[in-house]
Amino acid sequence: MQRTTMDLWVGLFVMAGVGALLVLALKVGNLGTYSAADSYTLTGNFENIGGLKVRAPVKSAGVVVGRVTDIQFSTETYDALVIMSIDSRYQFPKDTFASILTSGLIGEQYIGLAAGGDDAMLKSGDKMMKTNSALVLEEMIGRFLFNKASEGDGNEDAQKN
Amino acid sequence: MPRRIVTGIQGIGHRVIDSVWRLGYASRFFLLTLLKSGTSLRRFGLIIRELYFTGVLSLIIIIVSGLFVGMVLGLQGYETLQRYGAESAVGTMVALSLLRELGPVVAALLFASRAGSAITAEIGLMKATEQLAAMEMMAVDPIARVVAPRFWAGVISMPLLAALFSAIGIFGGYLVAVILIGVDEGSFWSQMQGAVDFRYDIVNGVIKTFVFGIAITAIAVFEGYDASPTAEGVSGATTRTVVTSALAILGLDFILTSFMFRGMG
Repeated sequence: MQRTTMDLWVGLFVMAGVGALLVLALKVGNLGTYSAADSYTLTGNFENIGGLKVRAPVKSAGVVVGRVTDIQFSTETYDALVIMSIDSRYQFPKDTFASILTSGLIGEQYIGLAAGGDDAMLKSGDKMMKTNSALVLEEMIGRFLFNKASEGDGNEDAQKN
Repeated sequence: MPRRIVTGIQGIGHRVIDSVWRLGYASRFFLLTLLKSGTSLRRFGLIIRELYFTGVLSLIIIIVSGLFVGMVLGLQGYETLQRYGAESAVGTMVALSLLRELGPVVAALLFASRAGSAITAEIGLMKATEQLAAMEMMAVDPIARVVAPRFWAGVISMPLLAALFSAIGIFGGYLVAVILIGVDEGSFWSQMQGAVDFRYDIVNGVIKTFVFGIAITAIAVFEGYDASPTAEGVSGATTRTVVTSALAILGLDFILTSFMFRGMG
C-alpha cells in the first residue's frame, strides 16, 4: 500500500479531533485541575446543607483544597453527613471549623474550612466536630421579621419607661 | 363514492405496511453491515479513503459554523447574564451548552447534510449505474466493499468533528466575551473549569456524538443502497437521508438527554 496525500489529510484530521477532545478535557473540564490521586477523606455532620451539591469545592482561605464527594442523610442524628476528599498536601488541625458558605449572593455553595489551633492533625476518615450550617434565606427572613416584631415591643416598653 | 373511500383506506394501510417493511429491511441491512465490516476493518485503507471524504471535507463547515455558534452564544449569554450581574458566568454557559447539546446536535445536523447526503448520492448512483451489480458478478460483496467502509468512516469522524465544533465554539465565545466585550479572562476560564465536569459533561457529549454518528451513517448507507435506480430515485433518497437523519438526531438527543442529565449535580 502506498502513502498518499489523502493519508496525510486524514492524519491531520484525526490529530485535530483528538487534540480538540484533549483541550476540552484539560482546559475546559476539571480533569487537569483536580486529581483524586493523593487525597484523604474527612466527614462532617451539618444540621442543614442548604443547596450544597456533590462535587462542590472545599475551600480554605479561598483556596480550593478539595471536593465534596458524597452527601448522605444520617438516620442516627437526623442531619446531613457530608463526605469530602481533601488534597493530601493540605493538613488541618483537629479543631478545624467547617461551614457551608455561598460564593456571591446567588453563587454556588461551598464548604469553607477555618483552621483551629490544635497540635493534632485530622487524619483520613476523621469527623470534623465543629460545623456550621448553611444560611437558608427563608429562615433568615423569618428570624429578621421575628426580631423586628419583638424590637417593636421593646421600643414600646422603652417609651413607657 | 364508497369505492373511493375503500381505496383511500387501502392506501393508508399500504403505506403503513410498506414503512414497517422498510424498517425491517433497514434493520437487517444494518446487522449485515456490522457482520460484514470485518473485512473492511482489515483493509483499513478503504476506511481512510472514506474518512477523507466524510471527515476532512466536512472540516470547513464544522469549523466555521462552530466559531459562529460560539460567538452568538457569547453575545446572547452576555446580554442575558449581565442583567443579573453574572456576566463572568458567560464562559460556563457557552461551554455547558456547547458540550452538552449544541456541539453534538448542530455538528450532527451539519454532518448529515454534508456527508450523509453525499454517501447516499454516491451509493445510489453506483446502484443506478449498476456498479453494485457488477461487483456482485465479480464475487465482491458490495456491502463489505462499499457500505461498511463508509459506515465506519462516519462513525469515527462524527465524534472528532463534534469535539472540534465544541472546542472552536468555546474559542468563539472567548473571542466575543473576553476580547470584544471585556469580561474578565480569569473568571471566564476558572468558572468554566469549575462548572464543567469531565465525566458528566464531556463524556456524555462524546457518547451522544457516537450515537448520532451511527444513526446518520446507517440511515445514509441504507437510503443509498435502497434507492430506486433512477435519477429521480437517487434525488429522493438523498432528501430522505437528510430529513430522516435530522429527525433521528433530534429524537435520539431527547432520549439520551433524559437518560444522562437528570438534574443532579
